[in-house]
Amino acid sequence: MNTTAASRTAAQPTAELSGLLCSMADDEFVIGFSDSEWTGIAPLLEEDVAMSSLAQDELGHAAALYGLLGALTDADADALAYDREPEGYRHCRLLDHGRGDWAMTIARRYLYDTADGIRLEALAGGSWMPLAELVGKLVREERYHRMHAGAWLDRLARSDGEPRDRLIAALGELGPDAATVFAPLPGEPALVAAGVLDAPMSELETRWRASIAPTFARLELPMPPDMSDPARGRLDHGNAFRWLWSEFTSVRRSDPGATW
Amino acid sequence: MSEAGTQVGIARARARAIVGRAGEATATRVDEVAVRAALAEVMDPELPIVSIVDLGMIGDVTVDPETGAVAVELLPTFVGCPAIGVIRGAVADRLATFGVPVGIDTTFRIPWTSDRITDAGRAALAEVGIAGPSAPEAVRCPWCASSLVVLDSAFGPTQCRSLYYCRECRQPFEAIKSV
Repeated sequence: MNTTAASRTAAQPTAELSGLLCSMADDEFVIGFSDSEWTGIAPLLEEDVAMSSLAQDELGHAAALYGLLGALTDADADALAYDREPEGYRHCRLLDHGRGDWAMTIARRYLYDTADGIRLEALAGGSWMPLAELVGKLVREERYHRMHAGAWLDRLARSDGEPRDRLIAALGELGPDAATVFAPLPGEPALVAAGVLDAPMSELETRWRASIAPTFARLELPMPPDMSDPARGRLDHGNAFRWLWSEFTSVRRSDPGATW
Repeated sequence: MSEAGTQVGIARARARAIVGRAGEATATRVDEVAVRAALAEVMDPELPIVSIVDLGMIGDVTVDPETGAVAVELLPTFVGCPAIGVIRGAVADRLATFGVPVGIDTTFRIPWTSDRITDAGRAALAEVGIAGPSAPEAVRCPWCASSLVVLDSAFGPTQCRSLYYCRECRQPFEAIKSV
């Protein structure tokens, strides 16, 4: 974000909240669409159902978050979800690596679900009621997502040979982007001061690392390195996201303004 | 009589029934008890053997003493529940028979939790082979009550259900997620 845009943001009372909601909604929207790519082709029937159900959960969460953002900024939730150019999305770069293989999917889900859990905890007692109430509900559902990702991480990590090798390769590729859920947000100090968020993102990242360290140690997996460029952790989405964007906006773009 | 004729006949009979009920309702008092009783007739579209009241999906119900306007809080079981629009429509249709203004607020103010399901709701679910919510390690087979069960997958055919298998009676079954 350039200086002009940043000062404009600071002038709007709801801008910081909008930035937070947009980052969360885009995260859930993008991981939901990524999960839905497994529908019909997952390695097991149960996983086909699981990934489809996870996708449905995440898109539902995104819809609720876009709804709050829309109410705050007087915008239509569907327009927020579908009518932006790829550069306008503010999801974290952890979700920019393409579907990849099953190990990549599990590595991404585990890193995201654990980080999202820490972020939700930091928002649950927040001062802005519409978000705090929604988060109270999201937390309960996300517990199942973490159980699922945790069980698969365990299974792949403890299967010597190809499963473990692929998992380690996936963690290596995601590495520099692994912590980008906690990339600093514009106006973050104002959110903390207003009691919307209970600590800065850097502090949440520390909590997250402490929460996953025992699992990584037990499974003898390398801990994710530091973010390569925290300030750009939600920017510079690459070709994998451009492709996903072209998929999830294709129907909308085929007949703009159509109602279903 | 042609099939189309039958459909028209049914629609007319329904319309008469609705008008009739609305007429009765305006003669009697609309109060919270009457509204909750009416809502107990609205079945869940995905599990049509259990009412939305027994699923614990109704929050506060208030009736304005001046206008008689009814306000109902509807609590989605899951944030992304695709059935919520259908349920909202069914609630609006049922309460329209009272002939008073009706407001339905879909809210997370009170989070729906699986322990809101009533005993009657649990019994109705068990009847069709769906175990009620409990901690994952305490799930019992709805067919034979055995605790020798394994979790096949946390994710089932709808957002609110998981898949289990009973090693005792060798039957697969579903359980409501404990959220």
